[in-house]
Amino acid sequence: MVENVKELLKAHEGITHEVYLDNENSSVVPQEVLDAMAPYYNQRAYGNPTLTHKPGWEAFETIMESAQKISRFIGAKILEEITFTPGETEANNLALMGAAFAMKNKGKKIVVSEIEPISVLHVVELLQKFGFVTTKIPVDTQGFIDLAKLEEAIDKETILVSVSAANNEIGTIQPVKEAVDVVKARNPATLFHTDASDAYGRIPLNVQDLKVDMATVSSYKILGPRGIGALYVREGISLDRILEGQIGTQKLWPGIENTPLIVGFTKASELAFQDFESNMNRMRTLRDKLVDGIFNELSDVKFNGPKGDKRVPDNANISFLRCEGEALTIELSLKGIYVSSGSACSRRLLQPSHVLVAIGRRFSEAHGSILMKTTRYHTEEDITYVLEVLPNAVNRIRGIVGSTGVD
Amino acid sequence: MSRVPLPYNPKVLDLFRNPKNLGKMKDATVEAVAGNPACGDMITFYLKINEQEIIEKASFESYGCAANIATSSIVTEMIKGLSLKSAWEDITWKKVTEEVGGLPSIKFHCGVLAVGALKRAIRKYYADRNLEPGWLPKELTFEEKQAVEEEELAKMLAKRLKVEGEK
Repeated sequence: MVENVKELLKAHEGITHEVYLDNENSSVVPQEVLDAMAPYYNQRAYGNPTLTHKPGWEAFETIMESAQKISRFIGAKILEEITFTPGETEANNLALMGAAFAMKNKGKKIVVSEIEPISVLHVVELLQKFGFVTTKIPVDTQGFIDLAKLEEAIDKETILVSVSAANNEIGTIQPVKEAVDVVKARNPATLFHTDASDAYGRIPLNVQDLKVDMATVSSYKILGPRGIGALYVREGISLDRILEGQIGTQKLWPGIENTPLIVGFTKASELAFQDFESNMNRMRTLRDKLVDGIFNELSDVKFNGPKGDKRVPDNANISFLRCEGEALTIELSLKGIYVSSGSACSRRLLQPSHVLVAIGRRFSEAHGSILMKTTRYHTEEDITYVLEVLPNAVNRIRGIVGSTGVD
Repeated sequence: MSRVPLPYNPKVLDLFRNPKNLGKMKDATVEAVAGNPACGDMITFYLKINEQEIIEKASFESYGCAANIATSSIVTEMIKGLSLKSAWEDITWKKVTEEVGGLPSIKFHCGVLAVGALKRAIRKYYADRNLEPGWLPKELTFEEKQAVEEEELAKMLAKRLKVEGEK
């Protein structure tokens, strides 16, 4: 199989322009971030932060200062509210399982939106095996949560609600503050978690304004290194640990703190928030140029998710009808354009993107969907190149489909 | 809802980039479809069959991934010049998979669907002519059953979507 990959990679030789738009699934880490991390492997703060020597104390100082910075970026009150985890998946697992187990004597009901990321949906599925009951709240055609249904779902038994601040696939910015009000009015003891990984660094985000109890943020989603994220847990809330081991500076996550990754995450956050307005505008301008260009060039395309200021500025999700998504990602890759698809073609008898299905897209529309996320590092030339290549790629795949893929 | 690595081999990639026998055939003797766009997996075969029941030409259209395109294309190559009887008996999904140089296991169903569509086309040829050759089994073969299963699933999913809402 590895031999096959070598051949596949060889087929990409001679590419003159590369544009990476799959920032949903992993990202390019800027050199500045790597440069900030490097000294922490072998020059300073390489010790264990709980030990009584200089490299240990340096690590302790570094981790505390990083937590302080992240806490300020999300509007937390104190740095102790930040727990670093190995990523968004782990932070969501900690939030949901940690809260459910800590509150299991107060109730068994958990409420989530039906377009939550997999690291929320699969966790609540798992919790059902431990006797917890999940209600999934539907969303409208733009992905906005139905607040009336949310209200109906909350009662004395509801211990936990999880609704993402911004959807990872279609960019919908949820009315989190209103959702928290609705939930707390029905049951003040219900904990509210939001996965803010797709909001952090893209839209203003303040956990105190939103009044959420827990929030997840992720490093790679803001062009930091993979393998690190954080969970905000409001002071006074106690969660159960979901992993056991050596406890260090963090009560909720065992194991030796990964200082270089924490530094990288913090540096990436600083870069995202320095010139925040202009970063947002840059992502938005490039994204809009991309979307407008595609709609000018191609017919039978659908825009997935809301338009305007209720959508995060980097997200473009477009369905190309009569065009299968996986085939399109390969066609584009061979031209140096890297995107992902909501197609289910990697499995038989499987649904495509649950988010696109939840907003009422037909399956064939979901199979033909492409997700792209712009960053401040993309250039006008990148987008121009995509607009040169993409229409031909779609048309070639449509040529193979012919009259076959029409519902 | 998980992803798997898909390291396609060079033959699959080549057939994806340069598919053989692509497109609708105007003078086809018979055509048959298998799969459903709701499954993201659908194939149409067009066969030109002469009076000796030999497949003179075959072409395809495919709505699906690279493996779907590659397996459909290779089937049109494999059956050219075969009698309907040998096409029925010799072309199995395993042979098709071998012929494209192997597939990730998660993509085996692409070869299955391609053979399902071929078998449907052969059946249709005889049904159109009210013929029942002795070698043609009455009951559906594995590949045809799989195609039916996939189509049923698509229908079920479509129905469920309708029930779920007026979105």
